Amino acid sequence: MAAVKRPPLPVILVANDLLEGDVVFATADGWSRDPRQAKVAQDDAAAQALEAFAAREFLHARVVGATLVDVELRDGAPVPRHIREAIRALGPSTRPDLGKQADFQI
Amino acid sequence: MYRYDEFDERLVRERVAQFASQVARRIDGSLTDAEFLPLRLKNGLYLQLHSYMLRIAVPYGTLHARQLRQLARIADEYDRGYGHFTTRTNLQFNWSKLKDVPTVLGLLADVEMHCIQTSGNCIRNVTADHFAGVAHDEIEDPRPIAELIRQWSTLHPEFEWLGRKFKIAVSGATHDRAVVKSHDLGVRIVRDPASGETGYEILVGGGLGRTPFAAKVLREFLPREDLLAYLEAVLRVYNLEGRRDNKFKARLKILVHELGIEALRALVEEEFAHIDKARVNADPQEQARIAAYFAPPAYEDLPEVSRKLEDAQIRDPELARFVEHNLFRHKKRGYTAVTISLKPIGGTPGDITSEQMRAVADLAEKYSFDELRVTHAQNLVLPNVKLDDVAEVYEALKAHDLATANIGRITDIISCPGLDYCSLATARSIPIAQVLSHHFADPEKQKQIGEVSIKISGCINACGHHHVGNIGILGLEKKGVESYQITVGGDPSENYALGELLGPGVPAEYVPEAVDKVVSVYLAERQQGETFIETYRRIGLAPFKAAFKEIADVAA
Repeated sequence: MAAVKRPPLPVILVANDLLEGDVVFATADGWSRDPRQAKVAQDDAAAQALEAFAAREFLHARVVGATLVDVELRDGAPVPRHIREAIRALGPSTRPDLGKQADFQI
Repeated sequence: MYRYDEFDERLVRERVAQFASQVARRIDGSLTDAEFLPLRLKNGLYLQLHSYMLRIAVPYGTLHARQLRQLARIADEYDRGYGHFTTRTNLQFNWSKLKDVPTVLGLLADVEMHCIQTSGNCIRNVTADHFAGVAHDEIEDPRPIAELIRQWSTLHPEFEWLGRKFKIAVSGATHDRAVVKSHDLGVRIVRDPASGETGYEILVGGGLGRTPFAAKVLREFLPREDLLAYLEAVLRVYNLEGRRDNKFKARLKILVHELGIEALRALVEEEFAHIDKARVNADPQEQARIAAYFAPPAYEDLPEVSRKLEDAQIRDPELARFVEHNLFRHKKRGYTAVTISLKPIGGTPGDITSEQMRAVADLAEKYSFDELRVTHAQNLVLPNVKLDDVAEVYEALKAHDLATANIGRITDIISCPGLDYCSLATARSIPIAQVLSHHFADPEKQKQIGEVSIKISGCINACGHHHVGNIGILGLEKKGVESYQITVGGDPSENYALGELLGPGVPAEYVPEAVDKVVSVYLAERQQGETFIETYRRIGLAPFKAAFKEIADVAA
């Protein structure tokens, strides 16, 4: 496989659940809908492990559009740096009653 | 309104079954994501930022009550209790689940609706003047030809996999309310001055997006009987000659630009000369059958003026304001077309809750011969309301937060979903619309400013029509931060114009002040009776640019 350009570390793995379409985050043992549960890769080896997991999960038609997202840690929880991913992790900024921000009261 | 015949019904049902099978095969893994992507796009299903999004076709913006009620049911049972009307007069549900989509498509088919032609590189859902059939300035109702074009274009085997999407708009009035010149192909019903016969002016190569162009006239007068053969000639030339090497250069507008309108005309006319017209053109009997569905409803003979409404306005100044802003002159005496604003102050432009859908459906049934329209400006219309009934309709709308009196005013803002929902967006657009709506909320201020349009897109693709806003706002990303470019002078009407850029992009917090500056220039410079766009045309860009620079310099 050709070298993939990766965002700067640390990173988390974000995807959409195939059946639900909902945004999901790779954890230590699967996927969570709660962005705070995301496994944070601090080094290249951990990032590569997330990529390998993404490829397997995509192949088994469990998720689509899996990508690594660069984060910073706030109070120990990963928060995407880029506004697009930050909105994706929380829900529409205009509808605090919808999305993860509502489901998990983030 | 058009009702499905056995062929329409069968086609839609077969399509639901086909897509249900495709979804099942995707879920069991026998279809890969790459194989499934074009199939789901052919059924209006996108993957957006938070979820799948299902885009439902509202052909030429016409709905009846039963359909809107079904949309409300889908919103409640399969989505999050609301929908979003778009500038292509479609409805989007933002929280669809793949596993539910086949069921939802079945529910849509139950009310003669579907998601065909709402995405993918095909001829898209045809749009029309939202006052079609009722406008006082209409030469002819464009809905029969809109329906004819729909039937011709739906799953047309030759044009199912074009180089890029292809959008068609139709208008039958002298005033263009369908943004005809922004479309790949526009059909304007015109009257031949010599013979008095009606026919079609055909325009091609319009489009917004990263390379905006105004459509050019391809044929000044096309006889009625040749419509489909001529459209087929245009599509065939585009399909064969249009670029496929670069997605961004694949629209018809680029072909028109690169070949020139004369060369394109020669190709189309040559193709048209060889087409078997008898095979392609619609049978006159079939055309008459379609047209009969759009026959005017059983209007009553009513006086020009409603004393009842006049008295009610004297008692209620808010009703008077609603009447002033939200009513449109009907061709039938004693009736009016009522526009329902989906732009409450601080709301999301085009959003409507399931409860509001049901309320509007009830009103359509009770007061408007069961009919509704969706406008490209993301509002709804009750096209056939008796003037005598307006006060009652207003009260019912008010009870559901649907009586905002701002049509055509500065808070009647067009906005795409932007980065709050859309995976293509580079910046948020809804919050900009909301803050501007609050900023100009005062009804007296809105009245003073008069007719002006603000249109906001959250990326260069221009779903929010920013190029043709009197004031256009384009959200981009600049060094990881949202940045907003502002244009002035755009006009979507028959005086079509693309807006001119005022200067560099500014951060979100400077947008209200910048728009304020632009509006202040107009208020200071306008002459008696001039609208914003008229003043702009007279004084030009420079004064607006100078005023904007004060903000841009602070923001820099």
